[in-house]
Amino acid sequence: MRDQIKDVIETSDVALFMKGTPQFVMCGNSQRALEALRRAGAPVTAVDILPDPRIRQELSALSGWPTIPQVFVRGELIGGADIVEELEHSGELERTLREKLGDELSGEERVVAVA
Amino acid sequence: MAVRTLAELLEAAFPGDEVSVEDRTGGGDHFQVTVVSPRFEGLSLVEQHRLVYDALAAPLTDGTIHELRISTKGTE
Repeated sequence: MRDQIKDVIETSDVALFMKGTPQFVMCGNSQRALEALRRAGAPVTAVDILPDPRIRQELSALSGWPTIPQVFVRGELIGGADIVEELEHSGELERTLREKLGDELSGEERVVAVA
Repeated sequence: MAVRTLAELLEAAFPGDEVSVEDRTGGGDHFQVTVVSPRFEGLSLVEQHRLVYDALAAPLTDGTIHELRISTKGTE
């Protein structure tokens, strides 16, 4: 499982580990992070951490970040909902996304499962 | 968990700095914490929030904090 989580972090343009899915969000902070990423046009790969408590344990062990959601851009931890919102308001979120992913942000969303 | 308990943990980790804790729902498990400290100067937001998480590691680990919102500022 840890390898799968690592793989999602390292191979996704933007990885969002959240409670629920983009279609059915189960937590206010996951919603805040998702909405900020959407407004910035981020192509989001979402992982629902709720199906198995080990997902969250393994993720936090890898990232050293204790809370959900967690957002990674090209393998780098950007932060949780508070940081993502703060970066959005300062314009830095979109700037970082464009720097790392190029100017044409697709805004596509997909959901992957880890087990 | 009481606001006072979290504030004491933060005050111990950030002695002399400006710390505030708000119980967002009144239920004792959804908190907004704000810390203003010179220690944040030159650190990324991720690094700043990590210092706050470190200070609150115990209530985060034992599940007494259900939701935590963090705001950090340097003093400059």
